[in-house]
Amino acid sequence: MSTNRQAAAASHWRAPILFAILAVLFILEGTVRNGMFSGSWNTSLAILNMGLISAITALGVNMQWGYAGLFNVGVVGFFALGGLAPVLISTAPVEGAWQAGGPRMLIALATAVGTLALASMLWRHMPRGKLRGLALTALLIAGFVLYRGLFDPAVTAIESNNPARHGNIGGLGLPILLSWLAGGIFAAAAAWAVGKVALGLRSDYLAIATLGIGEIIIAVLKNEDWLARGVKNITAIPRPVPFEIQLQRNPEFMEFANSWGMAASTASGIWVKLCYMLLFLVVLLLLILLAELALKSPWGRMMRAIRDNETAAEAMGKDVTARHLQVFILGSAVIGIAGAMMITLDGLMAPVGYNPLRYTFLIWVMVIVGGSGNNWGAALGGVLIWFLWIKAEVWGPALIAFLTAPLPASSFKSGLLEGAAHMRFIAMGLVLLLVLRFAPRGLVPER
Amino acid sequence: MNYLSATDMRGGYGKADILHGCTLNVEKGQIAVIVGPNGAGKSTAMKAVFGMLPLREGRVTLDGQDITALSPQERVKKGMGFVPQVNNVFPSMSVEENLEMGAFIRNDDIAATMEQVFDLFPVLKDKRRQAAGELSGGQRQQVAVGRALMTRPQLLMLDEPTAGVSPIVMDELFDRIIEIARSGISILMVEQNARQALGIADIGYVLVQGQNRYTDTGQALLADPEVRRTFLGG
Amino acid sequence: MDILNAVVAVLNFVVIPAASYGAQLALGALGVTLIYGILRFSNFAHGDTMAFGTAITILATWGLQALGISLGPLPTALLALPVGIAVTAIIVLATDRAVYRFYRVQKAVPIIFVMASVGVMFLMNGFTRLLIGVDEHRFADGARFIINVRDFRDMTGLAEGLAFKTTQGLSILMAVIVVWILFWFLNRTRSGKAMRAFSDNEDLALLSGIDPEKVVRMTWIIAAGLATIAGTLYGLDKAFKPFNYFQILLPIFAAAIVGGLGNPVGAIAGGFLVAFSEIAITYPWRKIAGYLFPDWQPDGLLQLLGTEYKFAVSFVILIVVLLFRPTGLFRGKSV
Repeated sequence: MSTNRQAAAASHWRAPILFAILAVLFILEGTVRNGMFSGSWNTSLAILNMGLISAITALGVNMQWGYAGLFNVGVVGFFALGGLAPVLISTAPVEGAWQAGGPRMLIALATAVGTLALASMLWRHMPRGKLRGLALTALLIAGFVLYRGLFDPAVTAIESNNPARHGNIGGLGLPILLSWLAGGIFAAAAAWAVGKVALGLRSDYLAIATLGIGEIIIAVLKNEDWLARGVKNITAIPRPVPFEIQLQRNPEFMEFANSWGMAASTASGIWVKLCYMLLFLVVLLLLILLAELALKSPWGRMMRAIRDNETAAEAMGKDVTARHLQVFILGSAVIGIAGAMMITLDGLMAPVGYNPLRYTFLIWVMVIVGGSGNNWGAALGGVLIWFLWIKAEVWGPALIAFLTAPLPASSFKSGLLEGAAHMRFIAMGLVLLLVLRFAPRGLVPER
Repeated sequence: MNYLSATDMRGGYGKADILHGCTLNVEKGQIAVIVGPNGAGKSTAMKAVFGMLPLREGRVTLDGQDITALSPQERVKKGMGFVPQVNNVFPSMSVEENLEMGAFIRNDDIAATMEQVFDLFPVLKDKRRQAAGELSGGQRQQVAVGRALMTRPQLLMLDEPTAGVSPIVMDELFDRIIEIARSGISILMVEQNARQALGIADIGYVLVQGQNRYTDTGQALLADPEVRRTFLGG
Repeated sequence: MDILNAVVAVLNFVVIPAASYGAQLALGALGVTLIYGILRFSNFAHGDTMAFGTAITILATWGLQALGISLGPLPTALLALPVGIAVTAIIVLATDRAVYRFYRVQKAVPIIFVMASVGVMFLMNGFTRLLIGVDEHRFADGARFIINVRDFRDMTGLAEGLAFKTTQGLSILMAVIVVWILFWFLNRTRSGKAMRAFSDNEDLALLSGIDPEKVVRMTWIIAAGLATIAGTLYGLDKAFKPFNYFQILLPIFAAAIVGGLGNPVGAIAGGFLVAFSEIAITYPWRKIAGYLFPDWQPDGLLQLLGTEYKFAVSFVILIVVLLFRPTGLFRGKSV
């Protein structure tokens, strides 16, 4: 299309300029102290780090949406499932937990998976008819009873093992960075299961199915205490960077901090955040590199061909559903990695925090604003929207206060001030709708 | 003056024209049939007459009135009825409701028209409460024609009304179409079954590549050895 | 064996709650399915539209209560409903004008509509928060019970009690009335038939002179009405908390898809199917087993799934339907 080419020429400088503006925003946040910015590098870097994680999540969503037109409404679920990995892979093993119910739990889960596999085999190999239905029902019921018979006592045993401090199955004590990869695998497995069912049907069905799996994953994390202590949260997740307190005890670091004229607490905080930032940047750039390589490969060209004209691609003998499943799994894996990274950054697994508005729909705003189909755009959108989302919490009330300053104190005024906190939902909805309508190609359009 | 007169129509969906100067005239009560090879633009010509295709050149008049700029809905109000080739009924609605919807633009009493349609297609009266989607192919075609008749059109246009129905049903449908024409309604119809259709046609248009190739009475075209050889398979 | 007490317990803990929840879901699913039938996309903003409509209704209820107006034994909210419906209808029509119509003219693919509905969802969510905050509100007044446990015991002399809340009875009654009016409208009036025709075959409806914009407007108004009524009944029965209305989206979608998207009868059947499955599967059957088999002492609660996982029931129903019959039980319009 000729319009595409023109846009590409016009946007040659667009991405670098936008990234530069973004950098300026973070520098302002770090250096200028006024009504709009905090002037604290700790704050600035904290926003940036979470922004980088958002960028990686947006990258995953962009692979699904931008490459294949798949609408994933369960981002929060894949993200949370990825977050389970640091808990299960990298926290220290809980004494006695495995002995209490580990093997039984594994057998129970194997029973569940086995029953489903058997059911699927039975359905495919038995001839059509009443007998098949009956056999399937009987198998599922028997499997369920057996599973619950194994699962329930295992849960009780694990949860009664030192319930005040643990009561969970514990981790494997493996390196934390390894758990990021595992987070990707967890999310990919869930994506495979959902995609297998919902892909190949109408496009909205995947959206609805992912909405469901998202909610279920969150429910599991909240309620299965044996897994990650549920709402009692898991702390003490190992981290790949030094602790602030270690730095503050290190005389060399103290000297270094003094030479910059910074207080120990500030300097150590910045140092830790910089370490995280580097780690996250490496992951983000690596993923973008891989994604770009994939997109330029024959596989990527085929993906885009399918997206642009599904019917034609199907007519050429491409298995559209299988390709969609691939890209859905890959995208979800990236989301899972981001989820594991966030838990590592927080050092805390708190399932109550997984709110779909924040972890699904805000990510969508990032992708659409950044430029669907463009990996750099998704990354830009991720960091930018996150920055605005955080700052809107400060700016919104400030703006309202400024606007209502001439008004006398009244319940109307206080109501407005109170409501300002909710304004950012409206703002994000507006941003999404406006970009979708007036600049559907986003800030950094697809080349 | 012809009742319908579409002269020198040129146009298409994209940049390339499909119609390259196509002219169709139908007099009151006449049956006009458009035949031609695949891709000749038969259905396109019909759609152009009905205003579903933007014309680059040419004009369409109905009863002496220029209707070239009107939308299909406005043409219905002027007295045109159109039966699309596929998806021409409301499948989940009853036969009676299909006819009612056909008369949607009318604000007067439609009972008499509905009776006329039932007289024409008695089987529909028996099945008036049944969903149109559950009927056989031939009956569905009858519903489609009946639906278009509900606006009491002066010109009824049919896009391959016999596509996919059995020869017996086709004959019956053609009988009904003759009956409709006898009541004074002009018929413009596109047909794949050229031989049978020309058999009932007062005037036949053989279209090739969006242009008129032969125009004559149905019988004359059937008798023309050239037409027989090239378009009717010997 | 004590069949009478067992039946009462089943009625009290399963049938009555499921019927009332099913009525609420059915009304919600009807809205989703109508939008789908006419505008051809799954409206993700429907849950938050319900929340918004309910919030307006609650505000109006407070206003009425402040004026000292009440409906006696019935909740005042019933009197406030028309206000809620009217305001919601206006907002929903405004979003159609500002958002969806553009894509309709463009003939955009359905997923773009879905995406836009997510944007609208954000807006609705924000408006609701602005109006009423994120906290829980209970706004049911009037008589709490039609039948309460003690009266029932005194009346029947049974050990097992039965409670029938006003809000439950109201949900069922309102659903019956609303569904009756809706079907009368769809099957008997010219406008209703035009809507069905449009849903059946858009091109032919246009040919027949049906004004698409009018049909779309009517659909939004009806959907707003259904959403407000469903949301208010749900809020009266449980409590109003905006986030719950986002979560109820899944059972509503499941109900609409189970019944066949675009098929109103299917949406009602789907609503009750989802509600009964959800409650039957998350109810601990131990008590009833105790009446039926007094000698059997099961270890567990005989609960198939914890109530925390009630959404999983909708999800499993959804998956089963997608696997075996993607068009739904009552032939919807989609594959």
